[in-house]
Amino acid sequence: MTFNLLVLACLAYVVFLFLVAFRGERLAAQGRARWLRSPLVYTLSLSIYCTAWTFYGAVGFAARSGLEFMTIYLGPTLVFVGWWWVLRKLVRIGREQRVTSIADLISSRYGKSSLLGVVVTLLCVFASTPYIALQLQSVTLSFGVFAATGDPSWTPPDRTSTALWVAAGLALFTILFGTRNLDADEQHTGIVTAIAVEAVVKLVALLAVGVFVVWFLADGPADIRARIEASQGAHWNLNPSRWVGLTALSATAVLCLPRMFQVLVVENVDERHLATASWAFPLYLLGMTLFVMPIAVVGMGVLPRGANPDLFVLTLPLSQGQGGLAMLAFLGGFSSATSMVIVASIALATMVSNHIVMPLWLRLRPHGEDATDLRRLVLLARRMSIGAILTLGYFYYTLTGGSAALASIGLISFAGVAQLLPAMLGALFWRGASRMGALLGIGIGAAVWSYTLFLPSFGPDAVLPAQVFAEGPWGIGWLRPHALFGIEGMDPLLHAALWSLALNVTVFCLASILTFPGPEERMQGAAFVNVFERDRADLGGWSRGQADPEALLVMANRILGEEEALVYFEQVARAQGKAGYLPDPTPEFLLALERRLAGSVGAATAHAMISELAGRTRVTVEDLMAVASESAQIMEYSARLESQREELTRTARQLREANEKLTQISAQKDGFLSQISHELRTPMTSIRAFSEILMEGDLPPDQAAHYAGIIHDEAIRLTRLLDDLLDLSVLEAGTVQLNLGLANLSQLIDRALAAASATRPERVFVVHRDPMAEQIHLRTDPDRLTQVLINVISNARKYCTAEAPELRITVRRKGGRVLVDFIDNGAGIPKDKQALIFEKFARLTDQTRAGGAGLGLAICREIMVNLGGTVAYLPGQRGAAFRVTLPLRLERGAA
Amino acid sequence: MSPKRAPLFLARRAYRRRRLRDGARLLPFLGLFLFMLPLLWAPAPIRPGHLAEVRNTAWDGLWLVSCWAGLVVMAAILSPLLGREEDDLSDHPDNGPGSAAPRARDTMP
Repeated sequence: MTFNLLVLACLAYVVFLFLVAFRGERLAAQGRARWLRSPLVYTLSLSIYCTAWTFYGAVGFAARSGLEFMTIYLGPTLVFVGWWWVLRKLVRIGREQRVTSIADLISSRYGKSSLLGVVVTLLCVFASTPYIALQLQSVTLSFGVFAATGDPSWTPPDRTSTALWVAAGLALFTILFGTRNLDADEQHTGIVTAIAVEAVVKLVALLAVGVFVVWFLADGPADIRARIEASQGAHWNLNPSRWVGLTALSATAVLCLPRMFQVLVVENVDERHLATASWAFPLYLLGMTLFVMPIAVVGMGVLPRGANPDLFVLTLPLSQGQGGLAMLAFLGGFSSATSMVIVASIALATMVSNHIVMPLWLRLRPHGEDATDLRRLVLLARRMSIGAILTLGYFYYTLTGGSAALASIGLISFAGVAQLLPAMLGALFWRGASRMGALLGIGIGAAVWSYTLFLPSFGPDAVLPAQVFAEGPWGIGWLRPHALFGIEGMDPLLHAALWSLALNVTVFCLASILTFPGPEERMQGAAFVNVFERDRADLGGWSRGQADPEALLVMANRILGEEEALVYFEQVARAQGKAGYLPDPTPEFLLALERRLAGSVGAATAHAMISELAGRTRVTVEDLMAVASESAQIMEYSARLESQREELTRTARQLREANEKLTQISAQKDGFLSQISHELRTPMTSIRAFSEILMEGDLPPDQAAHYAGIIHDEAIRLTRLLDDLLDLSVLEAGTVQLNLGLANLSQLIDRALAAASATRPERVFVVHRDPMAEQIHLRTDPDRLTQVLINVISNARKYCTAEAPELRITVRRKGGRVLVDFIDNGAGIPKDKQALIFEKFARLTDQTRAGGAGLGLAICREIMVNLGGTVAYLPGQRGAAFRVTLPLRLERGAA
Repeated sequence: MSPKRAPLFLARRAYRRRRLRDGARLLPFLGLFLFMLPLLWAPAPIRPGHLAEVRNTAWDGLWLVSCWAGLVVMAAILSPLLGREEDDLSDHPDNGPGSAAPRARDTMP
């Protein structure tokens, strides 16, 4: 067999895988991939747990330390058999929360902490690096085997360039597949299908080699047993701590490895598949293990001493001239390596792009970028991450020299990702687990792991100087990487795992107990831990028929792009047997659409958008907070509007009132002008008439005197009218001269009552007074005040309509002011007139013209303004009531 | 679950389901015990320069493989039953006869 043939076979196999993946994707896109999403495919995809390490390395492991290699499978077996404990909850949470990676799980459980996402992502990248290097190493080694036995004239490339080619090829394949579609969902049906095919290939290959070894090289199981007993010697020394430790570590790894999380949780389409996988996956592992020991034993017997036991799977058939079988075994190993690298790099790239690149970009981006750029950016970030991760693996491979046994490299990764276990189990089962606890726990665990296991794995003097191994850093003995706290003689792997996990758990618990989680963290904690206690009816697909297909299309247009959305909708509609672009909003369609959108805008956003349209809303705290702040803004805005509106209303009312008043005043003025001309005219007419009569000159003297008297009276009336007008204008202009002095209010009222009694003297008024309250000494202008009092009292006398009129005068002091109320028992003044009575020329009725010109109250008002007080109508007193308010002491200049 | 809708045989079924779930929970511990058993039955011969006791690799391997297969079979019997119940859990919360306990245990580790 030539090396060229081998390379050709490899390429053909890759092309075959490519076609399988492509076909799978096509079927899934057409919605006909039901069988591609069966429990069988799910179980087979889980087999990426069995990498090239397991494929080649297990035999080497068995040749070196007997049955200890089984621990790597026993741990996962226990985890899967006990799926009811952890896996069921993990998968349920993963589906409920639409988790995209283990970093996503941990960060979203601890309050969507982006820092935690970054830490977990970095840890996973570093922990996976040795693992990827391991795959490169095993493929390179297997190439080497064929090169060595091939055509002697052909010299194979050296191992680093082979590894480079393998790494580049894998990167290309992964990028082509893992990030092919623009609406790349976190679920990759095509990839999963290809992985399942690879799982079958590797199982068949290993079983074929095993069958060949047991029944063709040896004489059946009995012979194998004899050979094992003959060859065992010192190989099977059960080291109890390693036996327990490795089982625990592998059990941890199957939960925490990013690639396992990807196929186990993210790619899971139906929780019930887990029930099948719970027994089928251990069965698969059993199949992978069954012939490992026989191959190792027979290999050790048949092959020359010094042959690398890691490659027995290949060299054994080759040494027997079974080129075809060797090729199958090679493809099996190749499958193991490729499937692991593909899934691991997809998982890691998702984490890197979601937790490192996107947050950074969102923080740094220029404003106003739209979502189409975002999609391209996500894909670009993933592609770059895949390249970077494989480059890292390649460098690890060249740095460590690829010399260590396969199994020990894999265990470094196991111990690394095991640091996520406390935070993850805490996330699932302990509501008290807090962000700070997870952060510190993972941080310290990762630090100890890298110091005691990861960095030393490069070899002495590569990263850590040899002196540190011997004497500890700065000569501190108890900090030696392989003997922390002075405990020597432990297996380095167990030593690292023990200390890192012990410190991790301690710090995690302590910090969780001591810190107080934020509201979002507590919400998420409850949602995770109590995931099964929710209303079960609420789970599962979307309910039917609430979403408007047109609204869905509009939304999809915005996210997927118009053309793509239309095509997709048409496709679905046709699949439903409908013409046109609008399919029925069936639960399946909604679910599919949500998945499709999730690839572009993220799972949470897509879910929220569909929820909104489907009328079933399950909101996150973030949503609530956004909504709350939004509505707070709206409320503030509307409150502002409301107050503005009220102000406007108030102003409008005032304007309207002012307008009404103006209109009334204008009407009054018109009325008064005619009235005053009448008022002026009446005396003038009589004066003219009588003066004409007097001018005749032939009147008896007494008659003449009488007429002169009338003329005199009328002239007085005119003068009084003109005096009033003059007085008012002086008062209004504020230029009135006040004669301030001390006065006793009681005396002023006495005077006013006496003076007012001249008005309608025929009426008998009962006046109620409180002489004690009236004993107030005022500093004011007594004459002016008396004028006001007289006016108010005579108004009462004039207009009080009661049969037995009464007037009540009450005096009160309030602060530095005096209130004098005049209340009669008449009909009062109607409400619509109350505002008018203080206006000039206002007279309520024309009938009761008692000689006034309607200036009395207007003058009173102006006087009171000049005295620093007010006179106002007091409504609601049954009769007409006026209140005179004035300051106790009027300061000069205050008026 | 209203008492009217839950005749005796349904409760009996619920009881069975609950015990099945207990079985599923116990299974990994059984596995753990069986897998760790080889630690006990031959003294660990790790003493410097002292390899008197030789483990019987073939026997150990056979033991582990058969326990493993046994576990697989038991899990294969249990899991379809468990998987099926998850469907009707929404209708019938888990109540054994005479037990009014809420489903809190459902999520307990």
